[in-house]
Amino acid sequence: MAGRATCPDLRREDCAMKDIGLVTDLYRSELSRFERQVAGTTPAWMQQLRQAAGARFADLGFPTTHHEEWTHTDVTSIVEIPFTPAGRRPDIAKAELESVVSWVGPVHQLTFVNGHFSSSLSSLKLLPHGVIAESLADSCTIVPNLLEPHLGRYAQHKDHAFVALNTAFLKDGAFIYLPPKMVVEEPILVMFVSCPNGKATISHPRVLIVAGPSSRAAVLESYVGLKDDLYFTNAVTELVLGEEAELDHHLLQQESQAAYHIATLAVHQGRRSRFTSHSLAIGSALDRSEVRALLADEGITCTLRGVYAATGRQHVDIHTRIEHAKPRCMSQQLYKGILSGHASGVFNGRILVRQDAHKTDARQTNNNLLLSEHAAIHTTPQLEIFADDVKCTHGATVGQLDRDVLFYLRSRGIDLENARRLMTHVFGGELIRLITHEMIRNRFTELLSQWTSHTYSESLTA
Amino acid sequence: MATEDWIQDLPPHEYKYGFTTEIEAETAPPGLNEDIIRLISAKKNEPAFMLEWRLKAYHHWLTMQEPQWAKIHHPPIDYQAIVYYSAPKTERRPKSLAEVDPLLLATYRKLGIPLSEQEVLTGVAVDAVFDSVSVATTYKEHLAKLGIIFCAFSEAVQNHPELVQKHLGTVVPYSDNFFASLNSAVFSDGSFCYIPKGVRCPMELSTYFRINAPRIGQFERTLIVAEEGSYVSYLEGCTAPMRAEHQLHAAVVELIALDRAQIKYATVQNWYPGDSEGQGGIYNFVTKRGICAGVDSRISWTQVEVGSAITWKYPSVVLRGDNSIGEFYSVALTTHRQQADTGTKMIHIGRNTRSTIVSKGISAGYAQNTYRGLVHILRKATGCRNYTQCHSLLLGDRCGAHTFPSIAVHNASSQVEHEASTTKIGEDQIFYCRQRGLSAEDAVSLIVNGFCHEVFRELPMEFAVEAQKLLNVRLEGTVG
Repeated sequence: MAGRATCPDLRREDCAMKDIGLVTDLYRSELSRFERQVAGTTPAWMQQLRQAAGARFADLGFPTTHHEEWTHTDVTSIVEIPFTPAGRRPDIAKAELESVVSWVGPVHQLTFVNGHFSSSLSSLKLLPHGVIAESLADSCTIVPNLLEPHLGRYAQHKDHAFVALNTAFLKDGAFIYLPPKMVVEEPILVMFVSCPNGKATISHPRVLIVAGPSSRAAVLESYVGLKDDLYFTNAVTELVLGEEAELDHHLLQQESQAAYHIATLAVHQGRRSRFTSHSLAIGSALDRSEVRALLADEGITCTLRGVYAATGRQHVDIHTRIEHAKPRCMSQQLYKGILSGHASGVFNGRILVRQDAHKTDARQTNNNLLLSEHAAIHTTPQLEIFADDVKCTHGATVGQLDRDVLFYLRSRGIDLENARRLMTHVFGGELIRLITHEMIRNRFTELLSQWTSHTYSESLTA
Repeated sequence: MATEDWIQDLPPHEYKYGFTTEIEAETAPPGLNEDIIRLISAKKNEPAFMLEWRLKAYHHWLTMQEPQWAKIHHPPIDYQAIVYYSAPKTERRPKSLAEVDPLLLATYRKLGIPLSEQEVLTGVAVDAVFDSVSVATTYKEHLAKLGIIFCAFSEAVQNHPELVQKHLGTVVPYSDNFFASLNSAVFSDGSFCYIPKGVRCPMELSTYFRINAPRIGQFERTLIVAEEGSYVSYLEGCTAPMRAEHQLHAAVVELIALDRAQIKYATVQNWYPGDSEGQGGIYNFVTKRGICAGVDSRISWTQVEVGSAITWKYPSVVLRGDNSIGEFYSVALTTHRQQADTGTKMIHIGRNTRSTIVSKGISAGYAQNTYRGLVHILRKATGCRNYTQCHSLLLGDRCGAHTFPSIAVHNASSQVEHEASTTKIGEDQIFYCRQRGLSAEDAVSLIVNGFCHEVFRELPMEFAVEAQKLLNVRLEGTVG
């Protein structure tokens, strides 16, 4: 602050940078306190990882809109709000939780409250022998050799401030390990619940999933807020698939309407593995979700499908990056956005094909539906190709509900409001229908349907 | 046989237009400062407002930094080593072709634009720009009868200062970007075109640019104003002789279309691309922008980019008038170590405005070809429509093709579609052609020309033929 007083003609951006510098200091002091707390409770390699990431975060600072990757997403409010680390909440009642998230059927579930593992809210009795699904902190003491080669290797903290911040505060999270050839039919649920109780809090959820060769499983990662609470979730998920492993990953972002959600999903795929990701983002005031997939060997299939829906003053930003490093891989991305109210959306998808990645087949599509005069979308599909024997396409559209279809529905006696709702639901539902696990598919469908009904009733009263 | 093998077997192709003309030139010392700008302005006998404007641009340029965001690589440019003014030494402006230096005319003949013949045969009025001074302007009288002004920029400054003052810098302000500012400060000449109300220009207007003296940076400035209900089609062709060191070409083109006016602007760019190792060649850093200022106006850019070591330009259209239309058709061919970062911007401000973008990129050898575009639909621009397609063709496994489109839509009544693809030339297509008796070289040329057909279709007849030939010639050395 003193610097600004002596330098009255300092430009605005410089001031902003200074403030960010101060905030970074704040996080640094927070970090040293955290280090003292956990000193000795975690292995040395983890401590080194944290320190490297912490130093990197101090160098990077928070991104500004001058940063190319962050042009349309302004994180100033995250920087300005003094978030404090979220404490344990052992008192949260199971009933309270079930009012928001109701899952039917037997599930394997890991529950975290404010980033801390809650054994009372988790149920893991029915998992096959050999499968590990538990708190990362526990695994760290029991099976450190399973974690060390993977943790922090795929989500690069070198060029990403929020990944660096998450890694700097790394202690707990979810760890899922599938031994070779293991098949788990029922989806494994990892749920992160935030209930800050009046104070603006920050949590750094971390997930590591290691799928051994030829294993198969489905995981649902879900982020839930209980009320209209103000908090910041800064999540990082790392996924590594061994040879011929198959993993269906589902991401459900249902944060509170005031929350900030920044998440990075880093995927590392081995030879002939198959990865599918389905995401649904309907919550939070600001959501920035990144998917980075590295197709590191031959014959890989990678599919990303996502629906993002925003209304009011919500801002949703999807960034994907698929890197084809080796020949004969296939990737497919399909993202659909529904924007209403004053909401704004960003889609930035990048396909990178390295020089040796011949016979690459990469496709990307982004469709957006703008439902109101004040909604906005910025979409940037990108192809970066350094090999010639490839088939790469991308497409992006921005549009409205088809008038002819609306007319058809009305001519069949469906009123305008219902016709619109139906069409909006179908637009997003098209992707959700492709989810193979019935329970997850039904849940996603239900949530999207709730969202559309709610959005239309809101626009009617407004 | 794999595509790569026969590609390498083909003989290297030579740059056909790599000759220099030895004509006495009046040249300023290299470097840029206020004095040089005053000198340029004084040499051109410019009115005070021009000098003022140049100096404003220069002072603004001093505060700017060279942009770094493009996907191009080159050694830093020393702006103090460039010659900013060079003019063929002639006593006075020639009145007819007979008075023009015969050596100059011979140069143009080698380029395939014999002015004397073209005048009669093709009906094209050519304003040939040799380095920085306009040498010969033909057909001027005929156009003058219709009230059309088509002349060198320096002439327009002398004869129509009110028009220049009114429109100069209204589309591309002097503070627009680093290279536009530099151009505004030091531009030596260019073309000026004014179509009065309701006039349909009866012929294609054409300008050929040449960079001749060594170490000279070519800073052209073109301004086209189409008044209410008028129509003009304008062609620009560029060829440059072979030089070892890099040369900077930073031109600015401004188009203004008023109510119901239509401007078609076509470019065939064939500057010297450097040799196969990337030595020499032109840096083509150009700012081109048009404004559809009036209702129902229309601007279309068509470009065929085959030359230059580096091409970096985004011909754009600002669609301000309601119901106006912007179009962009582009073929960019890069071979050897050429780099191209090109595309367009369509800014929709008026209601019911429409834009179409068709971009074809062909990359061979070690070349890098990037499409970068922006479609921006503002909140009040209701009922807008954009259709974009950009396709890339790769010939060879060491080249790259990149697509960075950006789409921003701020209202719920506009529709935007974008599609892009990148593939290599189909082996089955080549096989089919060869089976029908075509050589590998002809097959590739046939396929590439078919790939570009949509864009060539937009060119005036003579240019389409020339563009096709040019493409074949450029492909010869690298891919067949």
